[in-house]
Parts: sequence; C-alpha cells; structure tokens
Amino acid sequence: MPQIDQMFEIWSSQLFWLLITFGFVFFVIGRGMVPKVMDTVGMRDKQIADDLAAAQAARDAADEAEEAWRQRENANREAAQDLVNKAKAKAQKSTDTKLAKVQAAIDTQLEEAEARIEASRKEAGAEIEAVATEAAQDIAKRLAGVKATKAAAKSAVKEAMSRV
Amino acid sequence: MYQFTVEPLLGQDWNIAGYNIAFTNSALWMTITAVVLFVFMLGGMKRELVPGRWQMMVETFTGFIDDMLDANIGKEGRKYVPYIFSLFMFILFANLLGLLPVGLIGVHPFTFTSHFTVTGVFAIMSFAIVLIVGFWKHGLHFFSLFVPAGTPLPMVFVIAPIEFVSFLFRPFSLALRLFVAMMAGHILLKVLSGFVINGWNAGAGYGVLVGVPSFVLMIGISALEILVAGIQAYVFALLSSLYINDAEHLH
Repeated sequence: MPQIDQMFEIWSSQLFWLLITFGFVFFVIGRGMVPKVMDTVGMRDKQIADDLAAAQAARDAADEAEEAWRQRENANREAAQDLVNKAKAKAQKSTDTKLAKVQAAIDTQLEEAEARIEASRKEAGAEIEAVATEAAQDIAKRLAGVKATKAAAKSAVKEAMSRV
Repeated sequence: MYQFTVEPLLGQDWNIAGYNIAFTNSALWMTITAVVLFVFMLGGMKRELVPGRWQMMVETFTGFIDDMLDANIGKEGRKYVPYIFSLFMFILFANLLGLLPVGLIGVHPFTFTSHFTVTGVFAIMSFAIVLIVGFWKHGLHFFSLFVPAGTPLPMVFVIAPIEFVSFLFRPFSLALRLFVAMMAGHILLKVLSGFVINGWNAGAGYGVLVGVPSFVLMIGISALEILVAGIQAYVFALLSSLYINDAEHLH
C-alpha cells in the first residue's frame, strides 16, 4: 500500500501542497467568492420578498378602494331611494289634497242639491196640502153639506198625510 | 496499487528546513482540483438576478452548505460557511476527478483523497477549529462536553473518560473514513478490471464466464462510486459541522 510505504518520504510534500491548494480554495473561493454568491441569492430573495410585499400592498389598496367605492355606491343608492320615496310621498300628498278638495266640492254640491230637493219637496208638500185642504173642503161641502172650516180641513189633511 | 503511488514530477530536491516538498502527481491533482473548482465558481460570479443554469448550480451548492450549517449549528453557523464549503467542494471535486476515465488517453488519474496523509490534514484542520472555537468561547468550561447533561454523579467518572476517548477519536475516524472509502472503491474497480483482462487472456470461455459479468458489475460499481464520492464529501462536511456545533453550543 503506497499510502503507508511512502508515508515518510511524501508526507511533507503532501502537507505543503495541500496547504497551498486548500489555502487557495479557502481564501479565494471560500472567503472571496462564496459570500458574493450568497449575497446574490440574498439579494434575489429580498427582491422577491419586496415584490411580493408590493403586490400585497397594491392588492390591499385595491380592496380598500373597492370597499370605499361600494360604500359610496350604497350611500348613493340609499340617497336615490330616499329621493324617490320623498317624491312618492309628495305626489301622494298632493293627490290626497286634490282629492280632498274635489271631494269637498262634490260634497257641497251634493248638499246644495239635496237642500234644493228638500225645499222643492216641502214646497210641493205645501202645495199638495193646500190643494188637498181645498179639495177636502169642497168634498165635505158637496157630499155632506158641511161647511168645514179651513183650519179643520187643514188639520184633517195633515193627519191623513202623516198616516201615509 | 500503482494508482496510489506518489511520484515526484518537479523539484525532487526542493526542501524547506530539510523537508522535501517536491511537486508530485498528488500535488498536480490538488492543483487541477483547485483550478476546476475555481472555474466552476466563476460561473456563480455573474451575479444575475435571474440565474442561468451554471449560476443556479453554484448557488445550489452554496445554499446546500448554508442550509446544512443553519440546521446543525444555527445562525452562528453562517461564519463557518466558507470553511465547510471549501472542504466539501474540494473533497467532492477531488473524488469525482479521481474517477474520471482519463486513463483512456494515457494519463494516470490520481485521487489524493485516498491518501491518509491528505485526509488526515483535513481532519486535523476540522478538529483544530473545534478545539480553538471550543476553548475560545467556553474556556475550561469546554471540558463539560465530556459530561452529558443529566449524568448522575457516580456515573461521571465512568462516562467522562469514555466521552474523552471518543472525542479524541473523531479526527481519526474522520480521516480514515474518507481515505478508506475512496481507496476501497478504486481497489474494487481495479480488481474487477483485473478479472476482465485476465479472464479474456485465459481464453474466450473464461472471458464470457468471468470477464463479462465483472464488466457489468464494474459499470454498476462505477455509478456507485460516483454516489460514494458525493456521500463521503457530504459526510466529511456534515461531521465537521456537527463537531463545530459541539464546540459552539457544548451540549
């Protein structure tokens, strides 16, 4: 086994050249290049994290804007609804007043007409009474030969008419 | 066994304080590994916001080590990323490069992680970090690592030496595991390829009976070796991070 056979003649050379080559690897590659490579990786990770954070922030802002828009929209809709309701109420009120006015006019006309009818009827009733009284007097004179006074005839007519 | 032989390529008589530091084939493959790893990492340095495939691959590896340390040590694990990443990638690339079939073009591949003189240095480095961090952060309180929380007092005198020995064995197990796994895989492939060649040399009958099944087995084991190359690098890095976690948080 050359590793053992040659040990005493080669160990110093092995040690020397290993220290030189490994020293180069450690100081130039390990200390010099590896941190830079890891920096690059770290920078990339940071960049990705930053981009993700920015995207998240933008998304949050968009959500917020949408929420605000929604609230504004709801308020607008409510206001519009309110306006419509108010207009409806107003229209209803004006209709009601107009109707009431017309109703009142109709009522007065009706009352007047009724009063007129009542007056006519009374007038007619009085005329009938007068006619009936005269007729009753006449009838009594002709049939019984009794001369009934106007007052008696009138009361008899009244009594008869109230029975009708 | 020839594939594990270390041969000087340059400067056979280079010495520092009497110790030979010849540039060997082992050192050559260490250099190749470092260069390949450097080129691989260059792909991750484009630093684009939207990564290409190569940059993505590099970032996957750094992220993998970062996650592992985060899971095992916590947020203090971040400062060990350069070391564990270097360790993991260097071992991984060495293992994988050692498996390359460059023998086909006449070059001898060499897996320096199959030498305990190399894996031992890795293990000592990890262990040294554990000791330095442990004593730096906790001072002599670091020795409480050897007494698991909630141990009854009489048991402490039994458990503490066991824990101490197991603690001292960590660098050895760390070094031997990688060295043995890499060497065993290469020897297995070598033995099977020996079956193929010697079977066919002994005649067509042996070739069909022994050579063909061995070759099929070699294909499967080559795939397994690629897996082992990754797993051993991962295990080394994982255990190092677990030991460092002990030093950071005791128990």
